[in-house]
Amino acid sequence: MYPENLKYSEEHEWLLEDNGIATIGITDFAVDSLGDIVFIELPDKGAQIKQFTTFGEVESVKAASEIYTPISGEIIEVNEKLETEPELLNNSPYEEGWLIKVKISDLSEIEKLMNSKDYENFVNNGN
Amino acid sequence: MNKISKRKLLFDQSITGKVGTTMPSMDIPAQKLPDSSQLREELTMPEVSENEIVRYFSSISQMNFSIDHNFYPLGSCTMKYNPKLNDDIAALPGFNDIHPLQDTSTTQGALELMHHLQILLAEITGMAGTSLAPMAGAEAELAGMLMIRAYHRNREDFQRKKVIIPDSAHGTNPASAVMAGFEVVSIPTDKNGNTDLDALRSVVDDTTAGLMLTQPSTIGLFDTNIVEIVNIINENGGLIYGDGANLNAILGKVKPGEIGFDVIHSNLHKTFTQPHGGGGPGAGAVMVSQRLVEFLPDPIVTKIKDNFDLTKPSKSIGKMGAFHGNFGALVRAYAYIRTLGKEGINSISEDAVINANYLRTKLENTLDLPYNRICSHEVVFSAKTIKEKYGVNALDISKRLIDYNIHPPTMYFPLIVDEALLVEPTETESKETLDDFIYVIKQIVDEAKTDPELLHNAPHNTPNKRLNEALAARNPKLSWRDTQVSS
Repeated sequence: MYPENLKYSEEHEWLLEDNGIATIGITDFAVDSLGDIVFIELPDKGAQIKQFTTFGEVESVKAASEIYTPISGEIIEVNEKLETEPELLNNSPYEEGWLIKVKISDLSEIEKLMNSKDYENFVNNGN
Repeated sequence: MNKISKRKLLFDQSITGKVGTTMPSMDIPAQKLPDSSQLREELTMPEVSENEIVRYFSSISQMNFSIDHNFYPLGSCTMKYNPKLNDDIAALPGFNDIHPLQDTSTTQGALELMHHLQILLAEITGMAGTSLAPMAGAEAELAGMLMIRAYHRNREDFQRKKVIIPDSAHGTNPASAVMAGFEVVSIPTDKNGNTDLDALRSVVDDTTAGLMLTQPSTIGLFDTNIVEIVNIINENGGLIYGDGANLNAILGKVKPGEIGFDVIHSNLHKTFTQPHGGGGPGAGAVMVSQRLVEFLPDPIVTKIKDNFDLTKPSKSIGKMGAFHGNFGALVRAYAYIRTLGKEGINSISEDAVINANYLRTKLENTLDLPYNRICSHEVVFSAKTIKEKYGVNALDISKRLIDYNIHPPTMYFPLIVDEALLVEPTETESKETLDDFIYVIKQIVDEAKTDPELLHNAPHNTPNKRLNEALAARNPKLSWRDTQVSS
């Protein structure tokens, strides 16, 4: 049920690795729990981020939650469309609703993430 | 009454040249206006008659939902009935018609009231000193955390930068700690709803400035690990901040000072009554243990011989705002405490806890109970099963309650409970009101089974139906001008 080409974190972020560049977003499970998303705060291009630390915030009609990065590196692109169209996150969490692209500093960090099957088990066990 | 004309905005009723009042003739010499370049060119104001204004605002007030109209079980907010006697007392000219810049020799009665309230609150919470300066709970939290910082710095203990906060604490706690310059470490709640002691032990060390604990917590539970928690923090040189937002659950039963708390604040507008909601007004007294008295916010009222004066504690963290707190709210809190007396104060917590537990036991088979144990003054239900079975969520249930003239409970908070419905009946509600609430909740859950659409579209009996909250947040219209349709 979760895309098999992605890697997942316990904080419900997904990561797509391609040639040392990671595209990062949040899973549809996270989006469904949050409800209608109304605001997303993301860092600027060029910022350095460290695996499993917060880099932004997502606000829905229910709650505000922090977003954690599943990987360390430098942010090379930010999805600026989300600023005016936060609903992209609700409508298309794995495609148009991506958050940032990161130049990965240590590829081995990906091993600390889950594959889609493990993530599905993680979610179903009430986490 | 014609509903359409009732809903018309004041600006839409404006007729150019219409005058609502007659100005008296001028009885002072004419003053020269400032240079016209400093004046606004145009200021659009509605031109209406006096009775149109009165009808406009009266009809809006009738659309309001207040504790004087209906049951208001908004968890965590303590929307209890506010005795009208408190308003009478606060309206006395000696309290109402004074100015904070007046010479204190002319406001001795008001200062005596503040002085006595300081003593009463310290006695009720078992603490050594009180400042009434903070304007509300969050400001009292900030004052408390600034005092903890000042305490460590005064001892030249500069490494204590970490504040530990359980995830069942009030959402304002982490913000207050960060505003006071601390780093926040969050720890989880165990399966019984208490602070997880192993998690606490694993993060506490000599960089820990203190712990912020909401007792009872936001899941309406008295943390039975409290003595152990205090010991773990104290052994490591940290201080305990108690968030007293839920103080009405323990009034007269538990004194936070005797457990070992160093700071506790009280949202006077909640625990000791004051009409509040929609952002105010509030009052946030902060009480401290002996080792923090010299750091209290400025001012406190002190008695020197027979004279009351506003003074600044020797190592005060300074002012929290202009003057000395929300005085009108202080008068109401004082009137409430004095009216009830010691026995009455005890019955506040008893009735608050009994009412919440009555709802818990009567509804335990209707909604989910994530923590099914004796609760404090509020009980957290969950609509998780109902959502899974019938596609009706906590929001739908809340909106449908409005149709039955009941204010929705706090929903989707605390965050650690899925589909949370946090119900706080307060001590001022009768058994009949609670039985009515129980009946309505059961009715709504039946509706969820037979007619979920009815709930998805609720409320049905209000001037405005279901509002699109996401659209309102994504694309807010902040002025009446933005709502005008071009003709």
